[in-house]
Amino acid sequence: MKENIVIIGGGVAGLEAAARLIRLGYSPIIVEKQDHLGGHLAEWHCLFPDMTPASDITAHLVGEVSDANIFTSTEILFINHLKDSYNVMLSNGISIITKVILFTTGFRLFEASRKEEYGYGIYNQVITNRDLEHWFNTGEDARISSKPMEAVGFVHCVGSRDEKAGNAQCSKVCCITAVKQAIEMKKKFPEAMVYCFYMDLRMFGKKYEDFYISAQRDYGVRFIRGRVSEVSENIEGKVVVKAEDTLAGKPVRVTLDLLVLMAGMVCNPDSTKVASMISLQTDSDGFLKSKDNIMDITSSSRSGIFYAGACTGPKTVPETLAEARSAALDIHNFIESL
Amino acid sequence: MNFGFSITPSSTINLDKVDRTMFEHLHEIEPDVYKCMACGSCSSTCPAGRFSGMSVRKVILALQRGREKEAAGMLKGCMLCGKCSMVCPRGINTRHLILSICRIYNKEQQ
Repeated sequence: MKENIVIIGGGVAGLEAAARLIRLGYSPIIVEKQDHLGGHLAEWHCLFPDMTPASDITAHLVGEVSDANIFTSTEILFINHLKDSYNVMLSNGISIITKVILFTTGFRLFEASRKEEYGYGIYNQVITNRDLEHWFNTGEDARISSKPMEAVGFVHCVGSRDEKAGNAQCSKVCCITAVKQAIEMKKKFPEAMVYCFYMDLRMFGKKYEDFYISAQRDYGVRFIRGRVSEVSENIEGKVVVKAEDTLAGKPVRVTLDLLVLMAGMVCNPDSTKVASMISLQTDSDGFLKSKDNIMDITSSSRSGIFYAGACTGPKTVPETLAEARSAALDIHNFIESL
Repeated sequence: MNFGFSITPSSTINLDKVDRTMFEHLHEIEPDVYKCMACGSCSSTCPAGRFSGMSVRKVILALQRGREKEAAGMLKGCMLCGKCSMVCPRGINTRHLILSICRIYNKEQQ
């Protein structure tokens, strides 16, 4: 079919939507800013709750879109609204006239150094969830010593549920990611004490609660209810963490070899930039605004512009996949009705 | 000399200094002790709690934080009625756990 479909973003949502549109007989065009496909998933090690290797899923998703037109290392320069279509100008000099644009621009990880009290970028022993996944994948991180660790900590809600940081929303996946990473650390260092500092544990998904119980019972991960207030380095080059143990009603301190900050999801500034070219609105949480947050998440307020994945709010991989399929069907119905 | 004020010792729990040997021994016998998620069902249903300060939730927490004396004080109020075992959503056999705690920690003190 000759109708052009432009998909902005080659992450999980973009790839899955493209694969479904190809199966429906279309030839979608994927525009990706990075030099590779897969988005954040390409940097991840394995996924909760079954420890599925992220590379398997990325490879599968990329394999399904071999028939699509893919432009990597390409950005959107501008989008013009024509009478009943859009003119999309790409940084590689190509311009596309299309009636359908799908935003799969995703999220950006919260910049953990903004929470200065946690010492990211100041102390070598403080890393983020993404850094840890990278280390699991490559075994390379100059900050992490090769010696066995005695104590490791995880701080939940870094830049999430934090009005002062400008992100009041819950990032949804960090609770379960912390549990997953805590288990992985316990597997690597069975003798280590692993602490999770949390405010609430939001185990909403399939088998998440089982995973949490397993972290407690089988791996002995210790959960401390209380937000870390400050981190400092001691003379031995370890970090001292202070928090309130709100269940005991007492302050608590502990010395750690490694502290992992669970940086949350914030709206990708690139997605807001592109959205503003065709005056699409953002919602009160900073993410792109759907036509309706219950009935019509994948539609925008403009005809022919669709959304899928974390550009409209924090989502898990299965939720993103489901939304991408749903958006593909919506696009198919939209083109049929033209 | 009286300065007109006094200082109480720090209430901070220092996890670096907690001796975990006894708790780990307890965990070998009662693996479910790790499963407590501090919901407080046991404490709210405890008929002795409101008079004696007994709370299974607080006992588990105190033992994890190395505050055995606090835990022992609370356990004195337990009548072993077992109501807490009935309400625990994680299925911890709290009555059995209490008996194990008393046995292990008493033995260590002798």
